[in-house]
Amino acid sequence: MAQPPQPSPESTPLLSMTGIVKQFPGVRALDGVDFQVRRGEIHSLMGQNGAGKSTLLKVLTGVYTRDAGQMLLDGRVISPRSPLEAQGEGISTVYQEVNLIPDLSVAENIVLGRQTQRFGFIDWRAARRQADAALARLDLQLDVSASLNSYSIAIQQMVAIARALDEECSLLVLDEPTSSLDQQEVARLFGVLRRLRDDGLGIVFVTHFLDQVYQISDTITVLRNGRLVGEWPAAEFSRIELIARMLGRDPASLTEAEAGAAPPSPVAAAEAARLVAHQLGRRGQLQPVDVEVGAGEVLGLGGLLGSGRTELARLLFGLDRADSGRVELAGRAVRRGQPRSAIAAGMGYSSEDRKVEGIIPELSVRENLILALASKRGLWRRLGRAAQEALADRYIQALGIATPDAEKRISELSGGNQQKVLLARWLAAEPSLLILDEPTRGIDVGAKAEIMALVADLKARGMSVVFISSELEEVVRSSDRIMVLCDRAALGELRGESKTEQAMLARIASAHQEVSGG
Amino acid sequence: MRRLLGPRMLPLAATGLVVVLLYLAAGAKFHDSNWFTYRVLRDLVVNNGVLGVLAIGMTFVILSGGIDLSIGSTVAFVGILSATLLGQGWSPPAVITLSLVCGVALGALMGWLVASFDLPPFMVTLGGMFLMRGVTLLINDSQIAITHPTYLASGKWPIHPAAGAWLIALVVALYLLHYTRFGRNIYAVGGSEQSALLMGLPVWRTKVAVYACCSLFAAFAGVAQSFVSLSGDSTQGVAQEMDAIAAVVIGGTLLTGGRGYVAGTVLGVLILGLIQSAIIFANINSWWTRIGIGLLLLIFVLLQRAIQQRVDRQ
Repeated sequence: MAQPPQPSPESTPLLSMTGIVKQFPGVRALDGVDFQVRRGEIHSLMGQNGAGKSTLLKVLTGVYTRDAGQMLLDGRVISPRSPLEAQGEGISTVYQEVNLIPDLSVAENIVLGRQTQRFGFIDWRAARRQADAALARLDLQLDVSASLNSYSIAIQQMVAIARALDEECSLLVLDEPTSSLDQQEVARLFGVLRRLRDDGLGIVFVTHFLDQVYQISDTITVLRNGRLVGEWPAAEFSRIELIARMLGRDPASLTEAEAGAAPPSPVAAAEAARLVAHQLGRRGQLQPVDVEVGAGEVLGLGGLLGSGRTELARLLFGLDRADSGRVELAGRAVRRGQPRSAIAAGMGYSSEDRKVEGIIPELSVRENLILALASKRGLWRRLGRAAQEALADRYIQALGIATPDAEKRISELSGGNQQKVLLARWLAAEPSLLILDEPTRGIDVGAKAEIMALVADLKARGMSVVFISSELEEVVRSSDRIMVLCDRAALGELRGESKTEQAMLARIASAHQEVSGG
Repeated sequence: MRRLLGPRMLPLAATGLVVVLLYLAAGAKFHDSNWFTYRVLRDLVVNNGVLGVLAIGMTFVILSGGIDLSIGSTVAFVGILSATLLGQGWSPPAVITLSLVCGVALGALMGWLVASFDLPPFMVTLGGMFLMRGVTLLINDSQIAITHPTYLASGKWPIHPAAGAWLIALVVALYLLHYTRFGRNIYAVGGSEQSALLMGLPVWRTKVAVYACCSLFAAFAGVAQSFVSLSGDSTQGVAQEMDAIAAVVIGGTLLTGGRGYVAGTVLGVLILGLIQSAIIFANINSWWTRIGIGLLLLIFVLLQRAIQQRVDRQ
């Protein structure tokens, strides 16, 4: 058979995905996406929530099979149907959580499934040598007969990479490998990645940390809503342009905007703030921040996905245990890591993930609605049935919840109405501070407007609100002040005149320039 | 020595120490009797050989993160099957081969159900337990004596059949668990099934093989039992799977899987046996054996948790 003329190996990309389509019931997660990785390149894949990053990675690593499109590795057509098959083709993946066996030794974790055998016996000495060699490629010397869980997560991550490399891979996929590493550990990992790149490996890197993207990548591909936005060399792609592309904005309009946001400063409120959090933080989750919210004030938390918005909310409410700082609400100290204490102090938290952390699908609207109040009152002061019904009816009316009656199962309501029930749940408990994490996600435009109107109404009645949304425009519209977050740290505050979407984006982008420049 | 006192071998070394101490303590109590004689040690091995084989098979399943409740019934089934077929003139090699094949077939079936349909091993093997007990009673609901000369002659063997079976099982298990990929995959699957899948290990195959292996050991124990008791008994081995589980756990294998040693299981069986011997020597009600094992099990589980937490904190 005649071979078609092959272009020189330098010019063929290592990986070439073209026109990839992946359809899920009701959603087209990938809509004709092209993605290319060359040898000796670290390629960052960027995008907001729902952009299709993780779906693309799953298609690449054999977790999902594509519905259309072509995938070439080294010029060969590949269609992996499992992670095992993808590995066989030379695509190795290192996941966010270390996927090794913690109780087995380091050596075993590296050679497992590929042990050298002699006369039907595993050759343990060869296994240790093999492991030493694999780790040496990463400039790492470990006692390979010690069990894996005697090492830090960072080292375990390296062992996972060593295992991946020992598998004769040509493409290494790293899915948020840095989320549990500290700065030094990240630097070490990056050192290793650069060496591997120089050895000619293709590396796909996914992270939420914008800073790391610029530290490590040669090329950046941006996805948005399941479509390819474009591919740029990292050196020629400004941060503000990257952010604008991820959000689907026109970069030209942003570059003109002034980056002049106020530096981080305490609130100059005349009266004492209602919520005071001082140096609140948790290692690997959020660098310590100060937060103050006054009575009748809406504080918006602005930032991209993974910037630390939800992390801050969870720390405030005590869902995650802070390892530094303190929180006070109306002069009452909230105990660390205890949501019950936060509720008792008058805090409410409507979580980001409505389905998992919010509604209890099998219960009725009424039962879902009284949950927070019941928990606040305690077991011995139960609310009578009549009182429950009156309460439910009042909030169904007040919030315009579209349900025939209070006894309907909440899972049968639309997303927007479920969200309203959740809001009502907290309102019924009469909190003095309400944290709303993505209250408008996944609901229709009309319901969004109603929720926004409700926030304004609460504010007018003197309630304090912490408002989180991925839609920067919503944050700008509904907040009195905006705290801008990026890479798990607070960047500063925007208020008054400077409280615009452009300023917020400029602030995020310029913060990166300062950090990497300095 | 360093390895023996390292965090991974320490629990095993500690269990070994308990066996020795238990033996010496009982000796101190019964110093005027014949506790420190070869006979007592020999009986300890001989009387617990069948349980020893069962517990070794159970170690495989528990290491993989599963459980097998059917092994006691399998012992009875093999006993009745052997006695019946030998009575009909089958030759011992044919009977033994058929018994082992039946064991593998049952285990593979249960493993297939567990691995393919993600069914809880507890339920599947509970089904296997009832099934095998029922089939046994169907063949014969009482006791049948074995009079085949080969079986009768086993008393003159240089090694007692139960002790021999235990030794063979131990060597085979040590080889499989520590020197084959299959054995290491068992540890991996028990340690983290999700990781094992992502590491590209044959999880399905390993699970099926683990149950086949355990039932094979159980059938082998049944063969040994029929040599020892020279009969098939449909009520043999009732609740013996529980003794086996107790021995495995006392031997330091984690019920959640992924951590443990066959050697520990051997020690676990010896501890159970020592308690039993001591209670016979003390000439008290034999139900105290159960109470002793029950208390010991709870203490050991607590101890293991404590050691584990210390190791994990380091």
